[in-house]
Amino acid sequence: MEQTVNNPLEASSAYNFAYLDEQTKRMIRRALLKAVAIPGYQVPFAGREMPMPYGWGTGGVQVTAAVIGPDDTLKVIDQGADDTTNAVSIRQFFAKTANVATTEKTAEASIIQTRHRIPEKELREDQILVYQVPIPEPLRFLEPRETETRKMHALEEYGLMHVKLYEDISRHGHIATTYAYPVMVDDRYVMDPSPTPKFDNPKMDMMAALQLFGAGREKRIYALPPYTKVKSLDFEDHPFEVQSWKDECGMCGATDSYLDEVILDDKGNRMFVCSDTDYCSERQDAGHRGPQHHDQPLGTSHSNGKAAE
Amino acid sequence: MYVAVKGGERAINNAHRLLAEKRRGDRDVAEIETSQIEQQLSLSVTRVMAEGSLYDRDLAALAIKQGRGDLIEAIFLMRAYRTTLPRFAFSKPVKTAEMDIARRISATFKDLPGGQILGPTFDYTHRLLDFTLMANGEEPATAHTADHPVDETMPRVLDDLLNYEGLIQDEPNPTNDDAPVADLTREAVKFPADRDLRLQNLARGDEGFVLALGYSTQRGYANSHAFVGEIRYGSVAVEIEPEELGFAIDIGDIELTECETVNKFKGSKTKLPQFTRGYGLVFGQNERKAISMALVDRAMRAREMGEQVMGPAQDEEFVMEHSDNVQATGFVEHIKLPHYVDFQGELELVRRMRAEVLERLAKADAADAENARSQPEAAE
Repeated sequence: MEQTVNNPLEASSAYNFAYLDEQTKRMIRRALLKAVAIPGYQVPFAGREMPMPYGWGTGGVQVTAAVIGPDDTLKVIDQGADDTTNAVSIRQFFAKTANVATTEKTAEASIIQTRHRIPEKELREDQILVYQVPIPEPLRFLEPRETETRKMHALEEYGLMHVKLYEDISRHGHIATTYAYPVMVDDRYVMDPSPTPKFDNPKMDMMAALQLFGAGREKRIYALPPYTKVKSLDFEDHPFEVQSWKDECGMCGATDSYLDEVILDDKGNRMFVCSDTDYCSERQDAGHRGPQHHDQPLGTSHSNGKAAE
Repeated sequence: MYVAVKGGERAINNAHRLLAEKRRGDRDVAEIETSQIEQQLSLSVTRVMAEGSLYDRDLAALAIKQGRGDLIEAIFLMRAYRTTLPRFAFSKPVKTAEMDIARRISATFKDLPGGQILGPTFDYTHRLLDFTLMANGEEPATAHTADHPVDETMPRVLDDLLNYEGLIQDEPNPTNDDAPVADLTREAVKFPADRDLRLQNLARGDEGFVLALGYSTQRGYANSHAFVGEIRYGSVAVEIEPEELGFAIDIGDIELTECETVNKFKGSKTKLPQFTRGYGLVFGQNERKAISMALVDRAMRAREMGEQVMGPAQDEEFVMEHSDNVQATGFVEHIKLPHYVDFQGELELVRRMRAEVLERLAKADAADAENARSQPEAAE
């Protein structure tokens, strides 16, 4: 790995394990315990200023810093990928400040910090998924005032949210929310799943792993303990459904994963590829091939991917 | 052919190198020293200390150098350093009444006990570019010292002069110096917020934001017309009282600008009318920020004064949630981070909705055509 230029974290050991001081970690752990005890409830915490900007995942970083130990193995993804710049930067941060092992393999990680995705591979009881959350309040765009939204949660007054979803249907014929799709947690709190695509919402339901959510700028922590009921809001005659693609992944041929669209030229040619890079490369290692895999000449028929399965 | 974007790590490291190169600029030009920044860009230094909430001139100068002169970047660097510092003591409240005055003016009285002390100010300069500064031909002028020193206990306009007649509202004076003070860096903000928390938020708040809000109160978005009762700038001693000592010790001096405004009066048939107050306090010499802060402080007292909230400056949630430039710049700029997963969701939905509309239109067209064909038949 190349040396990072002028990194003060490297130059000095003036910083505690995982950057935050132990008093701060204790404060965050207390908030986490409360969050786990009341699934879906947003616990205020004294979020600290971090050496990366607000909006870059300071909440997730603080939660990870509070739960990580020297024996942990950390995976960081952004948009499902390990190699996006922000994921690389956060992974380097913990590799430096906590000297922990890092991995790109979902199965090998004990802690996975994520922005915008849940890994395709099913998570286990011995894993923790840490979400970076920009706006923790699912009602924020319906009611900008914190004093009001806290009252609405306290009184379980979620009518406004249902009205919004209903208005979507009457206007567009669909619930026009594709990410940060609100969920009902344990039949009590409406929660923002962070801006993960609604494709990932069903994975949250009864997940074996502990799910922790950190919003740094807004200073809120919330959690889903393992095996918590998480239901995406919907109506009987308009049931919740996830995104689907007509295409398969161009690299690994997967038809069950969330696909990113990649524009190939200015003539409208495009391909689709798994947003979860680890899932995709594991499939490719296992011999699965999509139509645009570099082993394959471009434009070969889709059946190539199927044949490899 | 599509090749998954790899090698982000190398690109990031190289981007950092390029940034360092850009910071240094042309190597034929002497590198700027932090001591030069500290001395000659002192108002940048104090702004970074104020909004970075850390009084350390050398660190602020370093942050300005490292941030290439971007003050919000420098403030961010200061905050990220500050957050790692342990707290070993809390100071006693500083006594601005005992300030070692460098400047003190009042706009409400032409002359007053203690006098108008102009001190270093841009106020009456003509804003003409002074090309001798560029030609390195500066002949630093030395100011004359006054014949007699300023009043050591400079009377405060609001407390000592106006309050003498009972014309200004009493500030609830905390009877106990050790009463806890809110600290938004150690506790999440809850609303409604008390004044101590609001003032802390404003003191750290972005100068431009607080300025614009203060300005808005003067243009009708809050009705709390203000006079500057007093501005004072100078240094005050910071004292701590270690538990094991039992008495206060002086740990150093800091420079402060304090502004107290005299605002629109309040009263009724039965209550004597009184002027109300706004308060601003900021590190270093920064009168723009101190005055703006006092205007917004007064506006945010609407609830306490039973006034109708009609402007953003009076709305504490709006003000406090948006005043912090480190938070604001982070969240605004974060939208340049990748969002393609979410965008994919939107793409898919928009395409589906378009397809459905087209399908409906095509069906309607087909039905129309069908009708048109069957009409003549029906006529037969």
